[in-house]
Amino acid sequence: MNPVNYLYLASLLFTIGAAGVLIRRNAIVVFMCVELMLNACNLAFVAFSRMHGNLDGQIIAFFTMVVAAAEVVVGLAIIVSLFRARHSASVDDASLMKL
Amino acid sequence: MSAASVHSLWTMGADSTAKIPTPHIEYAQLSPVLIVLGAACLGVLVEAFVPRKGRYYAQVFLAVVALVASFAAIVALAAGGYGSTKAHIAAMGAVAVDGPALFLQGTILLASLVSIFTFAERRLDPEAHGNRVDSFAAQAASVPGSESEQSAVKAGFTTTEVFPLALFAVGGMLVFPAANDLLTLFIALEVFSLPLYLLCAVARRKRLMSQEAAVKYFLLGAFSSAFLLFGIALLYGYAGSVSYAKIAAVVEGSVSTIDPALADTMGNDALLLIGAAMILAGLLFKVGAVPFHMWTPDVYQGAPTPVTGFMAAATKVAAFGALLRLLYVVLPGLRWDWRPVMWAVAIVTMLGGAIVAITQTDIKRLLAYSSIAHAGFILAGVIATTPDGVSAVLFYLGGYSFVTIGAFAVVTLVRDAGGEATHLSKWAGLGRRSPLVAAVFAIFLLAFAGIPLTSGFAGKFAVFKAAAEGGAGPLVVVGVLSSAVAAFFYIRVIVLMFFSEPKADGPTVAVPSPLTMTTIGVGVAVTLVLGVAPQYFLDLANQASVFVR
Repeated sequence: MNPVNYLYLASLLFTIGAAGVLIRRNAIVVFMCVELMLNACNLAFVAFSRMHGNLDGQIIAFFTMVVAAAEVVVGLAIIVSLFRARHSASVDDASLMKL
Repeated sequence: MSAASVHSLWTMGADSTAKIPTPHIEYAQLSPVLIVLGAACLGVLVEAFVPRKGRYYAQVFLAVVALVASFAAIVALAAGGYGSTKAHIAAMGAVAVDGPALFLQGTILLASLVSIFTFAERRLDPEAHGNRVDSFAAQAASVPGSESEQSAVKAGFTTTEVFPLALFAVGGMLVFPAANDLLTLFIALEVFSLPLYLLCAVARRKRLMSQEAAVKYFLLGAFSSAFLLFGIALLYGYAGSVSYAKIAAVVEGSVSTIDPALADTMGNDALLLIGAAMILAGLLFKVGAVPFHMWTPDVYQGAPTPVTGFMAAATKVAAFGALLRLLYVVLPGLRWDWRPVMWAVAIVTMLGGAIVAITQTDIKRLLAYSSIAHAGFILAGVIATTPDGVSAVLFYLGGYSFVTIGAFAVVTLVRDAGGEATHLSKWAGLGRRSPLVAAVFAIFLLAFAGIPLTSGFAGKFAVFKAAAEGGAGPLVVVGVLSSAVAAFFYIRVIVLMFFSEPKADGPTVAVPSPLTMTTIGVGVAVTLVLGVAPQYFLDLANQASVFVR
């Protein structure tokens, strides 16, 4: 199959993720949408790697997975501590600093 | 392209793996980064093995020694000519060792060193159960106001993890302006961002606000780095490589061998333009430029003040370094496309930051909006696309970072029963109550406003001069106008401090330990020296303004 189709899929996934970040209100779901965006990037890297016939893109995909894992560790720690303090993970409730 | 030709390319790529040489790593030239990251790893071990009582001292000692040693390594490299004649690209093309990189790394290290002093300050809060406390939560994991928090405070716990976290962040920031391929850029970005998200969440007072700031920073930061990563993917698709030099060659059309796949993607300008725009968006987020600035006021307000100072200074230096290298090394061939966009961003950033700052009533938010306006002024220098522009930006960043850290250090001193008194109305009459602190803060505000004899004036002058010579005259006019608007609210704070009656229930000014005094003293000294005798440092920035390719 033409690898360009995978790029269309990657862009679609990235757009869905970005839309989810902007629309959803639960911090965990927002975070999952960010992860979806990172996975879309991975798909694009691997597809381009195949098109160009070099391995750079595949190696970057591994780095991205590690970074995404590290981000989950940090992100869940922060979101869980917020949830335990307020019993809510809604990003709308977090408005202490609104003018 | 047919599937068969793709497949033959693919197997050729797989065959050549046998010939990959062992990577050649120049450890001596990477030593500044290695020292800091090594000390950060040691710091984690200290957390695990040193008894609780000795951890604070061990961590502060380790952090200070690491930063000083790393700075010494930078000076040794610069003295060895790596900033000018011997500038080259180390670590198999991943990290550049050149003038701008060394200058910015030195700035980041000095700024981090004085920030670490404010992290270590333990005399501002009253003692809790006979234990001296710093600005960080007794136990970040315990729920605010819970029994577990009270018992942690009673037992005298402190979050000494902030020191290794800060060192990891510094390590990432050192790599960020020196990154010479897009993968290193992304990894460095994450290495310095992730510890900062955590540092934002561990304030001792106003913990709900601190956690909220961390969530906002984290979600928006992760969102922006996803954009950066997709931009990297598109540029990789365009050029078939993530190396800065190769992408620049493909963008300029001066690439020597073109295989069929590259010929196919090179013709697709959409990949290049969208990719570059997304990477720029990711970097402008870190810089805090309008329209990517939404996180700045909330995060600056909610984070523990020492962390705010560190983040405001060091992150900005690192991010502008990366932005400069990207625009000057990778995308000079695309100059006619990115300059109009950056013009627009610089104009809205300068005006937006200055105008919104007028309405602020909280000193930390005020400084946050002022940092947005300053990002706009620095962008004006970035747009100049001349060597003078680079040196002006380097000089501006050097002066600005010490002013920022000093100003936030002063904010930690003004306190009432609830911790820091950040509401502006409480600062009324501070000049009568504590003339010295008010005078020092006034110096920092004047430097922000760009009044002559301060570093702010020298920096702004250099940046605007470079922008005017680079053909961005209208930008300079907007810059001067928004400087005037900004001067209004800086002066307003000074008038509030010196010419209004102190309130009866006003805040007290805590007497800090020599640590914070050093931070503030260095801030004042740098501000005045760069303002009165900037020539030596301008020359230094000038010598350091050539990027290696």
